Amino acid sequence: MSYAVETRELTRIFAGKKKRRRRAAEEVDESVGPVTALDQVSLKIEEGELFGMLGPNGAGKTTLIKILATLLLPTSGQALVAGHDVTKDPFPIRQVINMVSGGETSGYGLLTARENIWMFSQFYGVPSNVSNSRIDELMHIFGLWDKRNAKVRMLSTGQRQKMNMIRGFVTDPDILFLDEPTLGLDVNAARTIREYVMNWVRGQKGKTVLLTTHYMAEADQMCDRIAIIDKGKILACDTPENLKRMIRTETTFRLEVDAIRDLTTFSTLQGVKNFSHKDDIAKNRSFLTFILEDEGPVAEILSTITSQGKKVHSLQKSEPTLEDVFISMVGRGFE
Amino acid sequence: MRTYWRTFKTAAWLGWEMDSNWTEPWLFVLYSVIKPVAGAFILVLMYIVFVAIGRPSGDADAFSYMYVGNSFFIFVATVLFGTFQVIQSDREWYQTIRYIYISPISYYVYILGRAASKIAVAVFAVAITLLFGAMFLGVRLHLALADVPLFLVSTVLGLAVLLAIGICLGGISFLTAKHTHGLAEGIPGLFYVFCGVLFPLSVLPSWGQAVGRAIPLTYWFDITRRLIAPTVTVNTTLSGFDPLTILLFLIVSSIGFFLLSVLIYKVGEYFARKAGKIDMTTSY
Repeated sequence: MSYAVETRELTRIFAGKKKRRRRAAEEVDESVGPVTALDQVSLKIEEGELFGMLGPNGAGKTTLIKILATLLLPTSGQALVAGHDVTKDPFPIRQVINMVSGGETSGYGLLTARENIWMFSQFYGVPSNVSNSRIDELMHIFGLWDKRNAKVRMLSTGQRQKMNMIRGFVTDPDILFLDEPTLGLDVNAARTIREYVMNWVRGQKGKTVLLTTHYMAEADQMCDRIAIIDKGKILACDTPENLKRMIRTETTFRLEVDAIRDLTTFSTLQGVKNFSHKDDIAKNRSFLTFILEDEGPVAEILSTITSQGKKVHSLQKSEPTLEDVFISMVGRGFE
Repeated sequence: MRTYWRTFKTAAWLGWEMDSNWTEPWLFVLYSVIKPVAGAFILVLMYIVFVAIGRPSGDADAFSYMYVGNSFFIFVATVLFGTFQVIQSDREWYQTIRYIYISPISYYVYILGRAASKIAVAVFAVAITLLFGAMFLGVRLHLALADVPLFLVSTVLGLAVLLAIGICLGGISFLTAKHTHGLAEGIPGLFYVFCGVLFPLSVLPSWGQAVGRAIPLTYWFDITRRLIAPTVTVNTTLSGFDPLTILLFLIVSSIGFFLLSVLIYKVGEYFARKAGKIDMTTSY
């Protein structure tokens, strides 16, 4: 079977830099060692799938997309897109892919939004009349119609991001790489994009999307399958339901307590599989998530907290989320 | 071939929009006239200083020699810097390079297309400079009708060489950061000294003459002067060769530089893709 995307033990190591600087009287070593961005990643994404890569910043998601989009060569292993090797045969790949990165403001400021998008469509050989009608339709959908003739330098960051989304869809690619597409967008714009992407994949035959995100809910809502990645390694790959089912035998508790500094005790408690915490400095509160083997350790957790003179504001047993899956595997949240 | 043409056309359109679309059309035309004329005035001032120091009666041949050379040097500076800048500006300023690079085009042809608008702007500037020199500064220009085809062929070859050198710089700029634009300013400086732009090769030491003869632009400047300012008699050390032989030198060296540009570009692109530098932003 031919896959839209297939990687075999794909590894990417970025070389380090050796730097020695003299500062005042001392010599400072500012060397940065080699960084393994992808570590033996093997994946198979089927045609027609909306596949998610979920992981924290620096997990290797963008590196993977860059390799698949033929921007970057792997250090070892193999990556095939539409059956073609990204290293040996990039041109046929480029004919069927496109890519959009969120949170960036690319574009030629002296051109209008419409001209920018049209120009890219020409590089893909889309006839002008087809391109123009697609641009009209997409501009209406993404709420950019009023700004169609505005120079790009006059657009806000969010508007530029919408323009780039349209650039990604205007060429009607078979495989679309979306790298954090909703990063920095307002709630409505993010929702519009999510819905459009889902309809685009599911409404047509043969369209595949590889989406990277660090928004759990986004991955959960949109993706047919999700790979959880951390420090360049794929930790798990399955449907959102199956991933959550993996830890359904475990119990998830969420607590809101007074800001707590000493967390070392929790990891030594019997029955605590993993836990993570987030602080809300403004409210002087800590939010703790515990993955437990069963409900047994709850009493001990509460007593540990109260023994530090901290008050428990809420305690909630909840259904596992993808974040819980991540915490269960890695032992920390996405922060 | 159709993809190449489409890429070239779209890139040329983009380049033209970026070169001309920053202001009102009338202001752009005015700027395009004033800029080369102002450049010519700098040259005239330099000449006046030299004359005041050396030969008070002046030397019409020398003035015409340097004026024509300097006018055509506009091509060198504009095309080289413009070509080099394509990668740097797409990468650092507009951040579009990754999307253009992954599109199904030849990026080499894309750079050529972007440079085309620079050539169009430079053609206008060179024409204005020459016209101004002939009308107001006594520069002796005369292009015989019979020499027009040869002039056009040599100009096309000269521009092709410039594009090839520009692409070489482009290949290097894949691997370098924004602050290395000094390279695109330094290389034309070398050509200014060694290619007989302002003064003939005969004033250079023998090693300097050897360097000049290895660069195709020397032949381009020489044949151009022979064709558009035939009455200027300055010893260039190339007078022993007839125009067709000079053209042959230009053709051979153009082919050599074209092949070199493809090689350097491909090597630069490969290492940039390997190192992850195609779309790097340095924020320098």
